[in-house]
Amino acid sequence: MIDLLDQLAICVEKGKINSQSKIPADMTGKDGVEELLDKLLQINIPPKTIIESGLLKGMAAVGEKFRDGKIFIPNVLFSAKAMNHAMEILKKEFLFDQLQFKGKVILATVKGDLHNIGKNLVRLILEGNGWQVIDLGVDVDSEKIIQKVKETDAKAIGLSALLTTTMINMKSIIEDLRNTGITLPVAIGGAPVSQKFAEEINADFYSPDPAGFLDYLNKNLN
Amino acid sequence: MNNLFSKIDEKQILVSDGAWGTELIKMGFQSGSCPELWNLEKPNEIFSIAKSYIDAGSDIISTNSFGASKIKLEQFNLSDKTYSINVKAAELSREAAKDKLVMGSVGPTGKFLMMGEISQEELRESFLLQLKGLIDGGVDAILFETFYDLDELKIGIEVARDLNDIPIICSITFNKNSEREFFTLMGNSVQQVYSFLIEMGVGLAGVNCGNGYFDSIEIIKKIKSNFPELKLLVQPNAGLPEMISDQLIYSETPEKISPAVEELLELGVTIIGGCCGTTKKHIKLIRDLVDKKIKSFNLQ
Repeated sequence: MIDLLDQLAICVEKGKINSQSKIPADMTGKDGVEELLDKLLQINIPPKTIIESGLLKGMAAVGEKFRDGKIFIPNVLFSAKAMNHAMEILKKEFLFDQLQFKGKVILATVKGDLHNIGKNLVRLILEGNGWQVIDLGVDVDSEKIIQKVKETDAKAIGLSALLTTTMINMKSIIEDLRNTGITLPVAIGGAPVSQKFAEEINADFYSPDPAGFLDYLNKNLN
Repeated sequence: MNNLFSKIDEKQILVSDGAWGTELIKMGFQSGSCPELWNLEKPNEIFSIAKSYIDAGSDIISTNSFGASKIKLEQFNLSDKTYSINVKAAELSREAAKDKLVMGSVGPTGKFLMMGEISQEELRESFLLQLKGLIDGGVDAILFETFYDLDELKIGIEVARDLNDIPIICSITFNKNSEREFFTLMGNSVQQVYSFLIEMGVGLAGVNCGNGYFDSIEIIKKIKSNFPELKLLVQPNAGLPEMISDQLIYSETPEKISPAVEELLELGVTIIGGCCGTTKKHIKLIRDLVDKKIKSFNLQ
């Protein structure tokens, strides 16, 4: 069983959906997520165990390798696809209410910025590791975030910006949040952003990669 | 011979320009609107940025068209203006440059082919309108800059080739991983990127943005040693921006970059300028160092 779960983790990490799929090339013809789930369910391994010891383990490796620059955007997307596929199959097997999420996180690309690649990668890594993401999309202003904080029991907020022309809007959003009395931790990320910048605009956390944000959430808010 | 290559033959090293986006902000550009629309609505401001770089000593300047592909302009409901925005961008830089050179700036669309966000045909059409505008507006070369996806870049190069024999410059953005190796966002190594460009027949290529002048030395060394036949362009940013009393300040000020610029010249770069956060003061300093370098060639 442990062997099957380990294999499942590797399939998620490599984005291997089934034996026919051509990704990755070095696993052609081998079992993918579909076949392994079938085998695990046949020997009555509980879905919760499959998720925690197989799927999430695979996605955790994805987060770490992406942080270290060992794998890249295409790999993360293939992994996420395999992960989602596995979840779809498991959804038929049991009620997801049994699943315990670690908490909710609001993500947004800040006002004026239309880039969603970075934010979406963070979303994939957080969701793949048991956090529920409330994705507000791109070009998001303070008002929309404040509204969402009031409506939900989110534990943290993640702001993204790609442009030097829009990163400055992170500052006003954090000010607006604080002025409204919202004390939730705010993390920032994006190509032009740095630890120094985060400190200067009073953000609570900065990470150059999704795995850093995941670690922060797991350590401080889980 | 084309203007660009004859100029390179004549001068050996060309000084390009500095940042456009950060200069626009200084002139009151508000984030959230379309920077390229200023070509049509505030042409005097755009002209003055172009001219400030020519006055500082640039041999070749770019155009305010980085995000003026049809796909990017669509996000501002301006896709029907793609051609006219690019023509105007080229004309404004052309007018400021006079006998100096102009390279038409083309940035990535931000959409991924591999994710199916966009089709090859859509990309082709997007680049075609933009490149046609830039060429009709009078640019001497096309500068594909800040690219990270070779599939997208390949389509851009093919579109340019189909239009005419305008020189193509390709500038790529790399990140460093935990083992200090360079990769693009899509995971291509230095070796893969420049082999691909050479195979595509691109002889003038390099890097831009990244993490400052000092940081660019390592990658230029690597490209130079692996691909000595390539002519290199380097346009680093002025380090990552910091926020000091409500202002975005870039750490690599003109006073600080001299040793890095000297080393880049020593490595034999052909075109050198700046990306985000660099100003006419950076360009003026680079001009002086390049002149010194050219003088030393002539003395030999």
